[in-house]
Amino acid sequence: MRAYTEKIREAAKRLLSEKRVDAVIGFRKGSIPLVNEPVLVKSPERADELYWDGSCGVNLANYLPKRTDRVAIVAKGCDSRNIVVQIVENQIQRDQVYVLGAPCHGMLDRRRILASLKGREPTSVEEVDGQVRITGAGFEETFSRSECLQENCSICIHRNPVISDEMLGEPVAEQENVDRYPDVAKVEGMNPDERKDYFEEITSKCIRCYACRNACPQCYCPTCFVDESRPQWMGKTIDPKDVRTFHFLRAFHLAGRCTDCGACERACPVGIKLRQYTKKLEKDVKEFYGYEAGVRLDERPPLDVYRPGDPENFIK
Amino acid sequence: MTEMYIPKEKLAGVVEDLIGRQRVYGPVFDGAYHNFEEIKSAGALDLAYSNTRLSAKGLFHPHSERMFEYSLASGDPEAGVLKETEKDYSPRVVLGMRPCDARALKIMDRNFNSPQYGDPWWVKRIEATTIVGLACNAPCGTCFCTTAGSGPFDDSGLDAMLVDLGEGYLARAVTDKGSALLSQISKGSAAPADAAQKADALRRSAEAAIGLQFDVGSITGKDSMELFNSPIWEEIQFACINCGTCTFLCPTCWCFDIQDETHGEHGDRIRIWDSCMFPLFTLHGSGHNPRQNKAQRVRQRFMHKLRYYPEKYGDGIACTGCGRCVRACPVNIDIRNVARLMSSSACVRPA
Ligand code: SF4
Ligand code: SF4
Ligand code: SF4
Ligand code: SF4
Repeated sequence: MRAYTEKIREAAKRLLSEKRVDAVIGFRKGSIPLVNEPVLVKSPERADELYWDGSCGVNLANYLPKRTDRVAIVAKGCDSRNIVVQIVENQIQRDQVYVLGAPCHGMLDRRRILASLKGREPTSVEEVDGQVRITGAGFEETFSRSECLQENCSICIHRNPVISDEMLGEPVAEQENVDRYPDVAKVEGMNPDERKDYFEEITSKCIRCYACRNACPQCYCPTCFVDESRPQWMGKTIDPKDVRTFHFLRAFHLAGRCTDCGACERACPVGIKLRQYTKKLEKDVKEFYGYEAGVRLDERPPLDVYRPGDPENFIK
Repeated sequence: MTEMYIPKEKLAGVVEDLIGRQRVYGPVFDGAYHNFEEIKSAGALDLAYSNTRLSAKGLFHPHSERMFEYSLASGDPEAGVLKETEKDYSPRVVLGMRPCDARALKIMDRNFNSPQYGDPWWVKRIEATTIVGLACNAPCGTCFCTTAGSGPFDDSGLDAMLVDLGEGYLARAVTDKGSALLSQISKGSAAPADAAQKADALRRSAEAAIGLQFDVGSITGKDSMELFNSPIWEEIQFACINCGTCTFLCPTCWCFDIQDETHGEHGDRIRIWDSCMFPLFTLHGSGHNPRQNKAQRVRQRFMHKLRYYPEKYGDGIACTGCGRCVRACPVNIDIRNVARLMSSSACVRPA
């Protein structure tokens, strides 16, 4: 972790002083444990603010769309895939971004860690040799890193950045033989009523704050469908009908685009399992079209092209 | 009755008695966090909590609320006439509210219950409610109530306050409503002789643990326009994703939107939480948006809380230091850091 921090600072200083980029998007150490703050560094003198550890889960690709300058950006596997989707979707040009690739060991799940501390508050978190040591007033706990990962990280199969202009370290071993969809398969096995109940239960606590949408690097529409007012497309309350409509539409807009980076779940203040929607779509797109979002720059997304051989057996 | 002692083993009985007399609300653990819910049986109440994920404001100002209903039927002589939707104003007690959330209700009163305007639903709900707070013996690292004009033992928004003395609670009435409630409790006993002293020691150690985290006076004393035009906003706003989480979780953010929804021949007028973090919040019918970029919206949130509100009401900041926004912001925008940047005269970070 320390090594990445040093590399990021060094690269930022070099790229900024050589004027190869106008700014660097990275993280600085957060004001509370287990969350770091995205930061835009514009001068080499401030490069030492940049920082890296397992609490850099925020997907920085979210800060790219609509930028007009040239930026370097620190990118984990998932961030790099979201950058690819944005390039493919013309939200940013490839030559505008200088990708500082961060081979990733998975990011820590703040909520999961806090839950296992059962109300005790961490004051410092150290990551050493695959372990996470947490200290607080009158306690110290050590967990293995794998017990602390975000759920999407524990099933991630693209930990190495798919594009980069410079790597921050050696590639990490990709996880093999990962079953990404046991939960989706379970839902597929339900009858329609059970399925409905399952999804209603998942979203029953939603407060419609839209942190999930805003944290998503793929949600960049100038006016989101929930904000359309002439005419208004949908209700704004927390009535289950409105909530359901929001969640289904949001998910469908991400079909073939979601990289399962987990940004939505990480941002949600009330712990909604948003990936239960998007993972089903990810699985379908993979099965029907053999396509994984954000892996290749030279392939059009399946919902963007028509091929006579496209599967249609799911159209009923 | 102004003071009593409730041994912990008797709490469940006390709560059951209260449930028999009125609606009772309190913190309930849902498996991941606590929120205020109606307590139907004493076992659901969990006072061993730091604070609820959502603030207590929703008890008085719900996220979505049907205000009026109307008919749209052709030929109906009452078509288009707004009829107030019935609501439950029967007496209720809220147990275990933290001092910061209760103090926030006083701030919300500035908007919903002023000498000029009274929001009927807010006013009636407050009237119907007796609030029994729970002092904070062990504040979180994100709490800064003492800085924000409240405190871990602040009873200014409460009708009665409980102090956890270990084996039991010292219950003290603050208002007449509070003492009326305490006199309904038959299972309490006289407070032990050293209770007041113990409670005071707990207060002092809790206050000391929080300390003063920024200087409100040096923000409120600043020239508004100078702050408004300060380059700090450019720096502060970068990470923000304008998600609205901070404002939805905040006990003092009162903004709402009003919408009409119709279905066939029936219409509802609904009030829904809104947020200054959303671009739609300020979008004019003409298409013009006076706060069209993120930096303007971020500035608005902090300026409203820390500069405009104190200027308008002379009553401290529109924040009680509960720390929810600090804990829940997905990108670690920390109001304490923002306040420090606002108050420091050399607030401008090097470019
Ligand atoms: S999803 Fe993969 S690349 Fe992204 S943070 Fe998790 S492990 Fe790293
Ligand atoms: S972030 Fe969570 S609470 Fe907010 S709209 Fe999304 S799912 Fe709902
Ligand atoms: S919670 Fe954080 S990111 Fe979301 S609107 Fe508030 S300050 Fe911005
Ligand atoms: S601004 Fe933040 S700390 Fe202050 S009352 Fe609101 S949520 Fe709590």
